[in-house]
Amino acid sequence: MNSPVNEPAIQVEGVTRQFFRKRALDDVSMTVPKGCVFGLLGENGAGKTTLIRHILGAFKAKTGQVRVLGQNPVTNPVDVLGNVGYLSEEREMPTWMRIAELLRFTEAFYPNWDRAYAAELMESFRLDPQAKVRTLSRGERAKTGLILALAHRPDILVLDEPSSGLDVIVRQDILAAIVRTVADEGRTVFFSSHLIDEVERVSDHIAIMANGRVLVSDTLDQIKEDHSRLTIQYKKPLPEAPSIEGAFSCQGQGREWTVICNGQRQKVLAHVLESQAEVVDESQPSLEEIFVARAKAETR
Amino acid sequence: MDIRISPKENIPIYLQIVNQIKYLVAAGRLAPDDELPPIRKLAEQLLINPNTVARAYRELERDGVLNSRQGAGTRIAAANSPFSEDEKTRILTERADALLVEADQLDVSVQDLIKLIEDRDEVMNAQMKEKKI
Repeated sequence: MNSPVNEPAIQVEGVTRQFFRKRALDDVSMTVPKGCVFGLLGENGAGKTTLIRHILGAFKAKTGQVRVLGQNPVTNPVDVLGNVGYLSEEREMPTWMRIAELLRFTEAFYPNWDRAYAAELMESFRLDPQAKVRTLSRGERAKTGLILALAHRPDILVLDEPSSGLDVIVRQDILAAIVRTVADEGRTVFFSSHLIDEVERVSDHIAIMANGRVLVSDTLDQIKEDHSRLTIQYKKPLPEAPSIEGAFSCQGQGREWTVICNGQRQKVLAHVLESQAEVVDESQPSLEEIFVARAKAETR
Repeated sequence: MDIRISPKENIPIYLQIVNQIKYLVAAGRLAPDDELPPIRKLAEQLLINPNTVARAYRELERDGVLNSRQGAGTRIAAANSPFSEDEKTRILTERADALLVEADQLDVSVQDLIKLIEDRDEVMNAQMKEKKI
């Protein structure tokens, strides 16, 4: 698709979605630049799949708007879906087909289908083209789904929990496919996961969601830089965690308590001064610490 | 090339690569003119973002550890660069600092610490001899 170079791959602006009484998405905004690996972190029920469905045009944004390569995925599904490869968490596929049949069937929808590339992926994933989908293991199903998503060489690869429920070897195959995808032609990968380790390895941009809201969305480096981990020592042991304005979480016992905070660092330091305590350690928190602190603070 | 990445460790991934390649050079396991894997290959091997590998290589090139020339691949820079000695000192300084802090917390004097290091050196040498026989 021809689109300006600096146009984002995916742009979500102020999308809100209500399912009966539950607010699945609450004023969600994020920008996915071209050529990056964007990791969407969140626990189950945070709204990741609902957001992905909006990006694919399966849900129409009632409030706010979604643009994929500059196009509206709801009114322009052919343009959008022709340039997006998608692997859903359920990996629904016709169980009665053989893999080879499924590939030919899917090929018909995509003018850019690359048969040689599909064959190469089949080989590297050690899949038998004659095997019926019904007989495939979870891992083989995931790999088949990944080939279907990749073989038309999409500009954007969207993966919803690609490694959920898979063993470590298949997970590595999938991560390698993600790495190859961006390395090859500077394509964009957008994937959701609750595995922090895996997101941190391959992503350069990260968004953290909880309760349908985007809590953080930035480059991994910036997110880390924006957060601090302070260990505070009080003069006397505290019976329970102090409530500190500006801190997302506070853990510890007795005299030492560790807080995770971001731009509110000054407020935390003011508290330290006020309680005549002192900061005995300050470091950059891990992504896992940031995620847990932010998600807990949100759902508390 | 033996590199291990651990996202859990609180060092950025690109820096883990930089430190480990420097270590391999300092230890003589990577010699001048040795070729490093292409960015995308190392990214695929370590299962990390290719930009992260590119950043590590850029950093190493800036530090004079690597040379990358169009068509010649990315190679370890010439031996007589002063880097190797500096790097050895840097690595050991980190360890020494940590040891000094710990000794101070345990109220052990520097003299006793030096004595301990010498004693340990003797013990380890004796063990090495035994193994060789």
